[in-house]
Amino acid sequence: MHSKVAVVGVGQTTFTRSCGISIRELCFEAFREAIDDARNLSTEDIDGSIICSAPEYDKQRSPAGLITEYLGLNPKPTFLAEAICASSSVGARIAWSFIRSGLHKIVAVIGFQKMSELTSAESQERMLRGGDIMWESPFGSMMPAYYAMFARAHMNEYGTTEEQLAKIKVKSGMYSMMNPKAMYQKETTVEKIMNSKIVASPLKVFDCCANADGASCIILASEEVAEKISDTPVWITGLGLASAPLSLASRKTVSSLSCAVEARKQAYKMAGLKARDVDVAEVHDCFTIAEIMAYEDLGFCKRGEGGKLIDNEETYIGGKIPVNVDGGLLSKGHPVGATGGSQIRTIVQQLRGEAGKTQVADAETGLVHNIGGIGLYGSIMIFRR
Amino acid sequence: MGFEKFGIMSYTKETKVEDFVKHLEDGRIMGTRCKKCGTIIFPPRADCAKCLSSDIEWTPLSGRGKLITHTTAHFAPAGFEAPYTLALAELGEGVRVFTRICKDDEKDKLKIGMYVQLVTKRLGDERITYELKKI
Ligand SMILES: CC(C)(COP(=O)(O)OP(=O)(O)OC[C@H]1O[C@@H](n2cnc3c(N)ncnc32)[C@H](O)[C@@H]1OP(=O)(O)O)[C@@H](O)C(=O)NCCC(=O)NCCS
Ligand SMILES: [Zn+2]
Repeated sequence: MHSKVAVVGVGQTTFTRSCGISIRELCFEAFREAIDDARNLSTEDIDGSIICSAPEYDKQRSPAGLITEYLGLNPKPTFLAEAICASSSVGARIAWSFIRSGLHKIVAVIGFQKMSELTSAESQERMLRGGDIMWESPFGSMMPAYYAMFARAHMNEYGTTEEQLAKIKVKSGMYSMMNPKAMYQKETTVEKIMNSKIVASPLKVFDCCANADGASCIILASEEVAEKISDTPVWITGLGLASAPLSLASRKTVSSLSCAVEARKQAYKMAGLKARDVDVAEVHDCFTIAEIMAYEDLGFCKRGEGGKLIDNEETYIGGKIPVNVDGGLLSKGHPVGATGGSQIRTIVQQLRGEAGKTQVADAETGLVHNIGGIGLYGSIMIFRR
Repeated sequence: MGFEKFGIMSYTKETKVEDFVKHLEDGRIMGTRCKKCGTIIFPPRADCAKCLSSDIEWTPLSGRGKLITHTTAHFAPAGFEAPYTLALAELGEGVRVFTRICKDDEKDKLKIGMYVQLVTKRLGDERITYELKKI
């Protein structure tokens, strides 16, 4: 019999523009919170850890060694999992298979990023090398530019407007004010967003997530131990992971992320459900257009109708499918390696009924959509209480 | 060696397809063709992922195509200077190219679907690149 796998502990630091501490200390805060979140769990009970981070933001090489020493996790096995912005979702997938195979019973997935040591321009220079370094990076192909190109194609194909993009950020700003761990806790208006400076047309500053510092930790356990260390285990019932060409020139479509569509099919099939069965979702809104594409890629609406979904406020609490009610990457912040774990934390809290002011009533099924780079890696996970 | 001359900024010196730059210097934009299965590959590759053959030959491209999407960057990564316009175009041969749009065309209204031509362009410091021009 294969064991079911549950999330038994979640933690994250407050995401900030600049944390003023070292990466080991950041991870410690998230880890301690996740340990405390479980019941009667201590460091010695953890059978192994997966450290998740995108390279090139800090000087430490092979950070899994550093972090596990600082957290007291030696001599248990550890290594780094990297899938840029999807690193900690991929870490969770690996942890799931470790537990499912019977190799380990309890695994900690720790994601972190300290981006404030670099300027925005330096950071984009690193991210640009997450594209094809022979044929695309040489032209200055940064992240906001790629997503701007998706936005332009989406607008042309479906009539999506800049106002609709702005409405995504308005929702994000509103919910971030209810999330004490969010980096930006400020309300904003369509007008203010429309008038902010252009980064890569048609995307403006407020259409982009800002660089952030932060860490997250989720602890996964097998069925036999989950009930002992958690009163409210949240089960992972569906997993999907797919890839797409790194270079934009090799993609067949630029108004959708094919890796997300493929991962969605896998995850829905494994969980035995459809889009309409999802009660609450966390999607990878690194840019406003990314959330619109996610609505469509996940089947929350028909292709091309993502703009209408936000117009009708269907992704607010009380709507058809509440999305990113923790403020999302756009306002909560996007310390890339920590993001997947933070999204999972939000869904786990929702399914436990612990989401406070942003609680979606009777949420039973939750979804996490986490994308790496310009859509090279797409991870979808389904959770049930 | 030789490929480091390509583009605004280079991250690759050595590749089996570095003759691409020599062709570019002679005014030709070349793709590769797999001799075994006939696939035309652009940007050029030395190896065919379809049939795993490395028996490849150079083949000229018309360079004529249609604009698929574009953006003008007003913020630049370290080492680059904004503003500049990036675009993705589909060429007649069914392959796509990602590059910049020529400075003169940047000011005009670009329209998705409009016809463009991929042309070679010499930069300072003996660098060379290709860019898209309106036709
Ligand atoms: C868009 C971008 C280039 C802007 O960089 P910048 O010009 O250096 O601007 P700053 O980061 O200094 O932000 C300026 C101000 O705008 C505001 N701001 C920027 N982004 C914001 C957001 N998403 N929400 C709210 N306010 C924001 C803040 O007030 C900020 O001031 P602060 O530094 O006091 O917080 C940069 O944020 C960026 O590169 N974002 C994308 C990151 C990325 O690609 N991540 C991976 C995606 S998968
Ligand atoms: Zn071939």
